[in-house]
Amino acid sequence: MRVLRVPCTGRIDYMMVLKALHKGADGVIVSGCHPNDCHYTSGNYHARRRWMVFKKMMEVMGVDMRRITFSWVSAAEGARWAQLVNEVTDQVRALGPYTEFRQVIGAGIE
Amino acid sequence: MSRIGVFTCHCGENIGATVDCVKVAEMCKDIPGVVHSVEYKYMCSDPGQRQMQEAIKEHKLDGVVVAACSPRMHEPTFRRAAGDAGINPYMCEMANLREHCSWVHEKGEATTQKAADLIRVLVEKVKHNEPLHPIKVPVTRTAMVIGGGVGGIQVALDIANGGHKVVLVEKSPSIGGHMSQLSETFPTLDCSQCILTPRMVEAAQHPNITLMTYSEVEKVDGFIGNFKVTVRKKARKLDEHLCTGCGLCIQKCPNKKISDEFNEGLGTRTAIYVPFPQAVPNKPVIDTLNCTYYKTGKCKVCEKMCPTNAIRFDQEDELVTLDIGAIVLATGFKLMKTDAFPEYGYGKHKDIIDGMQFERLASASGPTSGVMKRPSDGRSPETVVFIACSGSRDRAKGVPYCSKICCMYTAKHAMLYKHKVHSGKAYVFYMDIRAAGKDYDEFVRRAIEEDEVKYIRGRVSKIYEEDGKLIVMGADTLMGGEPVVIKADMVVLATAVQSNDRSEELAQTLHVSYDSYGFFAEAHPKLRPVETNTAGIFLAGACQAPRDIPETVAQASGAAAKVVGLFSNEELTREPIVAVVNRQAAPVYSTCVGCFICQGACPYQAIEQEEIMARSGEVIMTLARINPGLCQGCGTCVATCRTKAIDLQGFSNEQLYAELMTL
Repeated sequence: MRVLRVPCTGRIDYMMVLKALHKGADGVIVSGCHPNDCHYTSGNYHARRRWMVFKKMMEVMGVDMRRITFSWVSAAEGARWAQLVNEVTDQVRALGPYTEFRQVIGAGIE
Repeated sequence: MSRIGVFTCHCGENIGATVDCVKVAEMCKDIPGVVHSVEYKYMCSDPGQRQMQEAIKEHKLDGVVVAACSPRMHEPTFRRAAGDAGINPYMCEMANLREHCSWVHEKGEATTQKAADLIRVLVEKVKHNEPLHPIKVPVTRTAMVIGGGVGGIQVALDIANGGHKVVLVEKSPSIGGHMSQLSETFPTLDCSQCILTPRMVEAAQHPNITLMTYSEVEKVDGFIGNFKVTVRKKARKLDEHLCTGCGLCIQKCPNKKISDEFNEGLGTRTAIYVPFPQAVPNKPVIDTLNCTYYKTGKCKVCEKMCPTNAIRFDQEDELVTLDIGAIVLATGFKLMKTDAFPEYGYGKHKDIIDGMQFERLASASGPTSGVMKRPSDGRSPETVVFIACSGSRDRAKGVPYCSKICCMYTAKHAMLYKHKVHSGKAYVFYMDIRAAGKDYDEFVRRAIEEDEVKYIRGRVSKIYEEDGKLIVMGADTLMGGEPVVIKADMVVLATAVQSNDRSEELAQTLHVSYDSYGFFAEAHPKLRPVETNTAGIFLAGACQAPRDIPETVAQASGAAAKVVGLFSNEELTREPIVAVVNRQAAPVYSTCVGCFICQGACPYQAIEQEEIMARSGEVIMTLARINPGLCQGCGTCVATCRTKAIDLQGFSNEQLYAELMTL
């Protein structure tokens, strides 16, 4: 797993998720503070709203949503974070390389 | 072409044990743009930093990647060092090899490869970094302390004595907190009230301290040095300036049968009341839920009796907004109630009480004036059983942690009981005795050896009532689990310390983190114990974790020192991690189209509308502009912007995508 640091889930442009898959990532985790506990007051609400739309759109397009995990883990939940990463990496490993992504997205992202 | 230096740290064994740092440094030499790559045992040490600074000068580096621990730990260290060596501090980035790689993987080729990959990503980022300059903001030299217990009082006094203004906010009608309810304190058995009340009076009379009792924090805006805090002053239903605290209204109030919170339900009070005789301020409050006038519309006896006509039945809550520079949280704890224990009768036996109720029974100012009487029939209890760890260290009760204070106060309770009832028998059931602290173990030994308190190591499985006695069924695990049955007159449960009511709500209002039990989280468990992750907000006492009085007071003085340190600055420098709306020369001006979706998304109201005018004075377009003083750099607007007109300095699209494309 490789980590990309952003200040807040609110900063995440979901294009980044697609770019990561396009670059060959087999799975992506989007994670930040729990709703109501945002360090920046409300950034994670905006992220959640965009995520709902993004998720729907990806499903329609036929992207395998087992590849993208959105989960809230606070900075005080080290054990939970470790568990989440282990679960997701195990799942993604079981799914194998995500070679279909390029076919699904087609040439649109190139 | 960039000239980037990579400095890989072994962090002793932390990184070095699983990552082959020498090889990583070798591999990094091949990254395009990297002109210098070395490794060192401890980069953060003085020689490590000096090595980096010399390399910056010698190799004329324009960017630096330090591959070491978390940026939370040492980013400021290395940025300062880079700045001192002559490059812009924001041209220095950290690759987190420790938390993201060496700590979570086993030794091997793949781990070393990942370490090199992480560095490669950050090298790409640095190539797109821009020099940034810290933002200066003014600082309001007034502190707010939330919670008026012994911790809050100590913080307030220390800051006030440091020469700064303090607003002390307390939700109940008087300051004093739990400590004012205690009878005696361990390990010296000095009277709690006697040592606390002078402090309470000192706080009330200090020219730099403003007391806001019966008040709660409603809303917090702003940031370090510049908070705007809205406080709800709950209506006392009287004019505080006119009230002299004579107490006539309390004497004459006909409604005298209300359960008294200060005495933990063991006594009664009137509808207009002061919580206890030494209350500060000594001004009563009308309990509108129980007052006859508010229930039936008739009575007003207090109004007729008041010699200064201070009663105001129509008084409303008042909202006050204050400019505050720093906030200290000292909101304390609560005790688990006896009704949480089905095995001990769900709190339905009057003679099974919790530790705080015992304090009130033992206190000279309590409902029995300090005479040991059991609550059910007022008889002097001949046999008392104390059960330590009631709820604490018990996963089934949701409290796996140790409540820390119970071992000590249980020993104190048993002692106080023996001092009051000389012929009585005291038994303590315990799991372990944790008496770590100055003179603490000696204190417990004194209870066992001098006051002959019987300590039994084991749990109590059940308590039931029979012929006016409480049958306590326990086990003695030091005697091979032998069953022990004690016929007791009274049982005292040392119930678990829990985070205070509504602490999570308060944490959300202030944007500070809290753990899964509702205790506020410190910024670093060892090195930053009184700071929160939110700059300008500090912690003191049991709102962070179970604490006793000496620890609370020590931490309170620590938090006060942090605040006074903060206030010693003329102005504060802030990280320039703020969003910027792009601007170009006329006639394009910006890619911003003026939709202002960002304005609604911004949690800090930092986005303003700027009117671009032609020479004629005519407004030709309205664009977004971000106030860098208000922006906190969350980046929500950046992701929201439809035309990508906004970018976040330090986490720009260019930087993040450059990182992504190298992953």
